[in-house]
Amino acid sequence: MIDRLQRVGRNTLDRLAATGRAGQMLVQSLVAPPEPRTMFPLLVKQLHFVGVLSLVIILVSGLFIGMVLGLQGYTILVDYGSEQAVGQMVALSLVRELAPVVTALLFAGRAGSAVTAEIGLMKATEQLASYEMIGVDPLRRIIAPRLWAGFISLPILTMIFSVVGIWGGSLVAVDWLGIYSGSFWANMQASVDFSTDVVNGIIKSLVFGFVVIWISVFQGYDAIPTSEGISKATTRTVVYSSLAVLGLDFILTAMMFGEI
Amino acid sequence: MRIRTLEIGVGALILAGVISLVTLALNVSGLSLSDSAGGYKVYARFENVGGLTERAKVSLSGVPIGEVTAIRIDTRMLMADVEMRIFSEVDYLSIDSSAQILTAGLLGEKYIGITPGFEEETMKDGSRIEDTQSALVLEELIGKFLFNKVSE
Repeated sequence: MIDRLQRVGRNTLDRLAATGRAGQMLVQSLVAPPEPRTMFPLLVKQLHFVGVLSLVIILVSGLFIGMVLGLQGYTILVDYGSEQAVGQMVALSLVRELAPVVTALLFAGRAGSAVTAEIGLMKATEQLASYEMIGVDPLRRIIAPRLWAGFISLPILTMIFSVVGIWGGSLVAVDWLGIYSGSFWANMQASVDFSTDVVNGIIKSLVFGFVVIWISVFQGYDAIPTSEGISKATTRTVVYSSLAVLGLDFILTAMMFGEI
Repeated sequence: MRIRTLEIGVGALILAGVISLVTLALNVSGLSLSDSAGGYKVYARFENVGGLTERAKVSLSGVPIGEVTAIRIDTRMLMADVEMRIFSEVDYLSIDSSAQILTAGLLGEKYIGITPGFEEETMKDGSRIEDTQSALVLEELIGKFLFNKVSE
């Protein structure tokens, strides 16, 4: 009984300490005088790794999700004779919800896990320690560029996802199912509002990008430096990121559209 | 050489992001860069605008020729006063045209349909459409129908 109580207490303390270390890592790596000459090439390399290499999976899944939305929307709406509304359905569901959430989930799986494994392995092979030995702060050189890269690239990927998805939806609805393209786009433009829908979607993706990359980098940085520890950390990255994205999505949606 | 290809890739990513944002703004949400670019204002009073909203389309024979820019109450007549912007290339609307509030489909959105008149004189900026027909409100229609049934 007492043992169990002790385990609960220790778990809670561990979680709290991990949260504290994550915050400490974030502040120490980001709050510092900027050094654009050394930082910029590192940032470009990470943007390429995190952003450009995620492009293919984002494009393909965006296209298919948009096409499925167009198809499903059409089969439902055609019963009510309002199949012109497919455009607005596809655009609103993509811009408001699906693009930020699905992109963040894919991003956690594609880029987040890779970042965790990379940093974890650097720790296991004591590369981080050797950086410190030669007087280079690993937080500034390894962690900070990855944080910035994730924070910058997720909103961009989200917008690309939306556009490709809407294009896929119009491909199915207009070109294959024969909805008049004028009413498809006019309905969409009449119902999608730039400041409430598009900007709120981008705000969501900024929050998701920050959370996902923070979790990924921290799990790698805090991993137990063994092969088992790295595999656990990678799993935790995907699980925690997905849960955080879905939970935060509800909170953000309630704040933005629920008028709570 | 290696860093060059990386930079080209990142540049392409950023460019794709900017293009996506512009596409979302202009094509998807229909944000127009110049708000009152081209076109002239025409006004019409309606007894009831139903669910008409700003930016609803104004059409002639089903072809969009403008959009609703403002809906307010005419405090003197106590009727809805609708301000529309008609594209400037549409300069052939005769002064006695009439306006109706129509619905696209059974559940669709409301829009204004213009029926052209016969006068030689055409609409100008600030013209007013006098002959208008209000939105069809389903409750009123049912109410009238029931009232007729009872009085029979």
